[in-house]
Amino acid sequence: MAREIMYRDALREAIDEEMERDSTVFIIGEGIAERGGSYKVTEGLLSKYGPKRVRDTPIAEAGMIGVGVGAAIAGARPIVEILYIDFAMLGMDMIVNQAAKFRLMTGGDGRVPFVMRTQGGTGGGVAAQHSQSLEALFYHIPGLKVVMPSTPADAKGLLKYALRQSDPVMFLEHKHLYMTKGLVPDGEHVIEFGKGDIKRPGKDVTLIAWSNMIPRTLEAAEKLAAEGIDAEVIDPRTLVPLDKDMILGSVAKTNRAVIVQEAVRRGGVASDIASIIQEEAFYQLDAPIEIVAGLNIPIPFNLELEKASVPQVDDIVLAVRRTLHSKPLAQAAE
Amino acid sequence: MAAQAQKANAPSRELLEKLFRTAYKIRVFESEGIKLYRQGLIRGYFHPYLGQEGIATGVCAALQEGDFIASTHRGHGHCIAWGADVKRMVAELLQKETGYCRGYGGSMHIADIRAGNLGANGIVGAGTPLGVGAALANQIKGNDAVTVTFSTDGASNNGTFLESLNLAAIWNLSYVLVVENNQYAVSTRIEESTRDVDLYKRGLAIGVESHQVDGNDSLAVYHLMQDAVEKCRRGEGPILIEAKTYRHMGHHVNDPGKYMPADTLAYYKERDPVDRARNALVEIVGLDQAEIEAIENEIKQEFEDAVEFSKASREITLAEFNEFVEAY
Ligand SMILES: Cc1ncc(C[n+]2csc(CCOP(=O)(O)OP(=O)(O)O)c2C)c(N)n1
Ligand SMILES: [Mg+2]
Repeated sequence: MAREIMYRDALREAIDEEMERDSTVFIIGEGIAERGGSYKVTEGLLSKYGPKRVRDTPIAEAGMIGVGVGAAIAGARPIVEILYIDFAMLGMDMIVNQAAKFRLMTGGDGRVPFVMRTQGGTGGGVAAQHSQSLEALFYHIPGLKVVMPSTPADAKGLLKYALRQSDPVMFLEHKHLYMTKGLVPDGEHVIEFGKGDIKRPGKDVTLIAWSNMIPRTLEAAEKLAAEGIDAEVIDPRTLVPLDKDMILGSVAKTNRAVIVQEAVRRGGVASDIASIIQEEAFYQLDAPIEIVAGLNIPIPFNLELEKASVPQVDDIVLAVRRTLHSKPLAQAAE
Repeated sequence: MAAQAQKANAPSRELLEKLFRTAYKIRVFESEGIKLYRQGLIRGYFHPYLGQEGIATGVCAALQEGDFIASTHRGHGHCIAWGADVKRMVAELLQKETGYCRGYGGSMHIADIRAGNLGANGIVGAGTPLGVGAALANQIKGNDAVTVTFSTDGASNNGTFLESLNLAAIWNLSYVLVVENNQYAVSTRIEESTRDVDLYKRGLAIGVESHQVDGNDSLAVYHLMQDAVEKCRRGEGPILIEAKTYRHMGHHVNDPGKYMPADTLAYYKERDPVDRARNALVEIVGLDQAEIEAIENEIKQEFEDAVEFSKASREITLAEFNEFVEAY
C-alpha cells in the first residue's frame, strides 16, 4: 500500500521515524523549531521531541555546520538544515576540510554520520544568491555522499538511509519539489545509496537526470513519445555513490545518452558521467553524448532570463533529436 | 596555626607529581622529536609545544575519562596530557601503521576518537565548532561529559570562534574554551591582530564566564580548570579560559623565530612551566634531586622505547590503502 503525499511531508516522515527510532538523531537549523522551517519539513517535530532535539540556531552557518560535524564525530546523528545551498558556502571548511577527511585522517577510526539537508535550484525569481545548483562542489570532494532525490518516495527512503549510515551526507533537496506529490510506500521505506531508479523505461535513448530535472525530463520523454521516440529516463538518485551499472546497462541497450543537469555546464557532474560512459561504453555509442545543462552564468532575477539560464523541456527534446539523427559511427565514416 | 592551615590547603604530592610528569613528558617529546625531525625521520609540519606545556598539563589534569578534547596544529602537548600512548604518537609521526592514525594523519591530525580526543587540526580555528559539537552530542545523549577545545590567539579572530562559543552559550553546553594566548600567529604579534590583547573579554561580551590565567603555571591552570569543570558538570557552562604564554622557539621546527625579542623570550624562559612544576615538587613536597632524576629518566626511557617501537613498526601497505580507496 502507498499514500500520495508531498515531498516535504515525505522528508518529515523520514526525520520523524528516525528520531523515534534513534535518540541520538537531532535537528538544528534556522527557524526549524516552533516555526517548522521555511519549507515546513520540520513542522510538529518540536512538540513531539522537545527543544533538546529540535533547535533553532542563530544565523551562523559555519558554526552550525561545524557543530553538526563535531556532534557526529562524537557519536550523535545530527541533521543540520541550511536554508539555501548558497549559504552552505559559509560552512565549506567544516564540510570539505573536516567532515570529508576525518575518516581517512584517523586511519579509519573516526566516522562522521553528519547529514546536511539543504535545497538548491532555480525557482521563481529568487536571483543569483538563492538559486544555485552546487552539487558538483560536493561531488568533487572525496568523502562526501551526495544525494538528490526527485520524488517524495525517494526523499523519504534516502533520508532514512542517510540517518543510518556513517559518512557525511549532502542531502540536496530542490525548492521546486517540496510541494510536488507522489506515492510513498507504507511502512518501513529505506533506499540504499548507489541504487539508481528507472523513472521511465525505454529503448531508443538513455536520458540521465536528477532532482528537479527529472519531472522536466519525463515531460520531454512524453513529447518524444508522441514522435515515436521511446526514451529511458534514469535517476541515479545519489551522485555519490553513483549507480554506474544502471547507466552503462541502459546505454548498452539504447546506444545513445543525453545527460540533463540544472547546474552550470562547466565542471559539472554531467561532464563526469559523460566521461565515465565514454571510458566504459565507447564502442556501444552510436552518437556523441549530449549534455543539456545550465548556462555558465549566475542566475539572473528576470524570470525570462532565469528560464533561459537552465534547461527547459524543449532543450531536452532537441538534444534527444540530435543524438537520434546523428548517424551510427560506421555509417558516418562512409 | 597559620602554617598548618596552609599545609591543609597545599596541593597533594600526587597532583604535583602528575603535573610535573605530564609537563616533562611533553618537554621530552618535543625536544627529542625535533631531533628526529632533524635526522629526517619525521617529515611535514612539526609545531612544538615547547614553553606552553603548563596549559595542556593543567587543563587535562582536571578532566576525566569520558570527557572530550579538540586540539590545534600545535597538538602534541594536548595529546600527551590527555594520556596518549607515546609509542603510538611517535609511530604516527614516523608514518607507521602502529600510529594513532596508521600514518594517515601525521602531526597535524593525530586523533584518538575512541578516547574522546577529536584530534589535532590543520585548520586554525576548526577545533572550536567541532568541540562545541561534541559538547552538544553529550548534552543530547544526556551524560555529564565536559568538552574542551584548545584554541589559540590566532583562532580568536576567526568568525567561528564567536559563532561556536555563542552556540555553546545559548545552549548552556558543558564546554570549556581554552585560549592559549602565546601572543603570536606565526610571526604576527597579537598587537597587530587585535586592539585588545586580553582575549578572555571576548567571552564576557557574549555572556560567557571568562577568566585569565598564567599559562606557565600548571597548578594555577589546574585550579581554574577544576572549578570550570565542576561548574560545567552542574550545567553552568560554557566557560572561557585565556592562558597567557609564550613559545620557546619559532612557529615550527624550521622557523628560527628571529622576530621574537630576546628579552621577552628570556622573561618567559625564566618562568618556564616545566621548571615551575619541578620546583613545586621540590619545594612543596620536598622531593630530592635523585627522586626528580628518577622520574625524568623514566620518562626519557619511555620516549626512547617509543622510538625503538616505531622504527621497528611497518608502514601501511598499498593493498591496505586500496581498501580505503574503495571505501571512499
Ligand atoms: C585557516 C588557516 N589559515 C592559515 C593557516 C596557516 N597557519 C598555520 S598555524 C598559523 C598561525 C596560528 O597562530 P595561532 O592560531 O595563534 O596558533 P599558534 O601557532 O600560535 O599556536 C597559521 C597562520 C592555517 N593552518 N589555517
Ligand atoms: Mg598564537
